[in-house]
Amino acid sequence: MDRDEILGRALGPGAPELTCEQCFEELDRYVELKRAGAAADERIPGMRAHLGGCPACAEDFESLWDLVTREGD
Amino acid sequence: MTAPTEISWVDRLRAEGADGQAAVADLHTLLLKAARFEVGRRAAELSHLRGGDEEDLAQQAADDALIAVLGKLDQFRGESRFTTWAYKFALLEAAVKVRRRAWQGREVPLEDEAWRALSDAGASAGRPAEDAELFAALRAEIERLGPRQREVLVAVALNGVPIDVLAERLGSTRGALYKNLHDARRKLREALAERGFRVETGGEEE
Repeated sequence: MDRDEILGRALGPGAPELTCEQCFEELDRYVELKRAGAAADERIPGMRAHLGGCPACAEDFESLWDLVTREGD
Repeated sequence: MTAPTEISWVDRLRAEGADGQAAVADLHTLLLKAARFEVGRRAAELSHLRGGDEEDLAQQAADDALIAVLGKLDQFRGESRFTTWAYKFALLEAAVKVRRRAWQGREVPLEDEAWRALSDAGASAGRPAEDAELFAALRAEIERLGPRQREVLVAVALNGVPIDVLAERLGSTRGALYKNLHDARRKLREALAERGFRVETGGEEE
């Protein structure tokens, strides 16, 4: 790990963020807003920060994004 | 507003008799597809398993996701497609099962590994003197955290232990441990600021 990565991991995003439960609740809507090119980060404040701070939720987002995107192609 | 196809899924799943059973079977097929997708993309983490074990994991994930989806059907708000909403349950179940299986029998790394990473990061940066001080202060503040916050921060943030794996071993949940991690990070940022360090970590501005 380099300097910035380790600091990012130790100190987190440093911004207001959703909880893991709120993240899961909003994940499908967030993915579809992003797919539609809508302002997902404005519509669901705190989601981007949480995905930046929680590796497990970030992986859940990537999986749902990849699956939905693959189906839409 | 809920689209007709979305209403159709929910109505079909609530139907009595053969129609309802057929809808549940269709939902299981959908969830199994998502679970296989997740297990497949994580195959590298499961290289020590036999092929049949991966399919078993996907089936278990789909079964558990089916129970979760049917139990939360009233919470579907129609703000996304039903399939996208349902997929997330199968992906979560599969991901958690894969992470836990991949870590089965493995010890959680010791704090020494985290201290080594901090020391290396401090020494390898372009500003060695400043960063050595910063990382020494970071280590000191981590050591001042309460035991649970320190354990979660070191394991999850520094040593890369999946939070679901740690949650299982500590008899906790992802959400509860992330709260510990979030609070630990806030304390560390505040403590470093008090010591005069200004650290940007790329998050959104408050």
